[in-house]
Amino acid sequence: MKAAVIVFPGSNCDRDLAVAFEQAGADVTMVWHKDTALPEGIDIVGVPGGFSFGDYLRCGAIAANSPICQSLIQHAERGGYALGVCNGFQILTETGLLPGALRRNAGLKYICRTVGLEVASANTAFTYGYNKGDVVNVPIAHHDGNYFVTEDKLAELRDEDRIAFTYTDNPNGSVADIAGVVSKNRRVLGMMPHPERAADIGHGGTDGVAMFRALMDQFAAA
Amino acid sequence: MKARVYVMLKNGVLDPQGEAVRHALGSLGFDGVEGVRQGKVIELDLAEGTTEATVTEMCEKLLANTVIESYRVEMG
Repeated sequence: MKAAVIVFPGSNCDRDLAVAFEQAGADVTMVWHKDTALPEGIDIVGVPGGFSFGDYLRCGAIAANSPICQSLIQHAERGGYALGVCNGFQILTETGLLPGALRRNAGLKYICRTVGLEVASANTAFTYGYNKGDVVNVPIAHHDGNYFVTEDKLAELRDEDRIAFTYTDNPNGSVADIAGVVSKNRRVLGMMPHPERAADIGHGGTDGVAMFRALMDQFAAA
Repeated sequence: MKARVYVMLKNGVLDPQGEAVRHALGSLGFDGVEGVRQGKVIELDLAEGTTEATVTEMCEKLLANTVIESYRVEMG
């Protein structure tokens, strides 16, 4: 598996995400936001957490319009895979690759703790290492993780089994407890919780490892 | 020339910051504040001849996230 991890000014989970991919056996290339093209032959693009461009204007809005994101959009439109975590999820919604938007947490506080996530769909390349209904423990660390979609879009997400993860105890006010969703072709996942921060025994939990292993298996089999 | 863009959360989208401001006003003894919505104002210095249509395009592409926000443009 060849992975690229995008680095924006203000990204702070880029290295963690790269290490999680590497530990699963991937070749990882770091890509700068001003680059205009992804390296050749990239299977998956990681869009990391952090505070790209200081969260100016809106979380992810400036990053979504950076040169590398044009390549990311083309990659996704060609059927390429992408994983956006936290600020990466915000960026993916701002590019339009994923539906909805992330609002300020309902309780207004920045929340940094480990939460329970229910695997709402195991039918994605990211989540098939879990069973539907499994509860995994993954950290969140965000101020703007309150997922919003219109009722019509929510119905579509449900009909198409595109809700990947839900919170067992909704921390931020997200519509329908949604913590992560996939694109229509199921190859782009955005999620607020950080699987790359639950990928090593030193993190205090390894529930995120199954995601990176599942991705590795997917591309090894291809 | 100048343009001013007002960006607000759409009606129906919960505005937790506005709610917090409403509570704070209540704590200060201001009765009768039934709702607060918080938005932002963006002022643009523009080259002469820039059209409102162009500013609208800026709103659609960047200044507002039309999934959750509405905007209004004032020219001049």
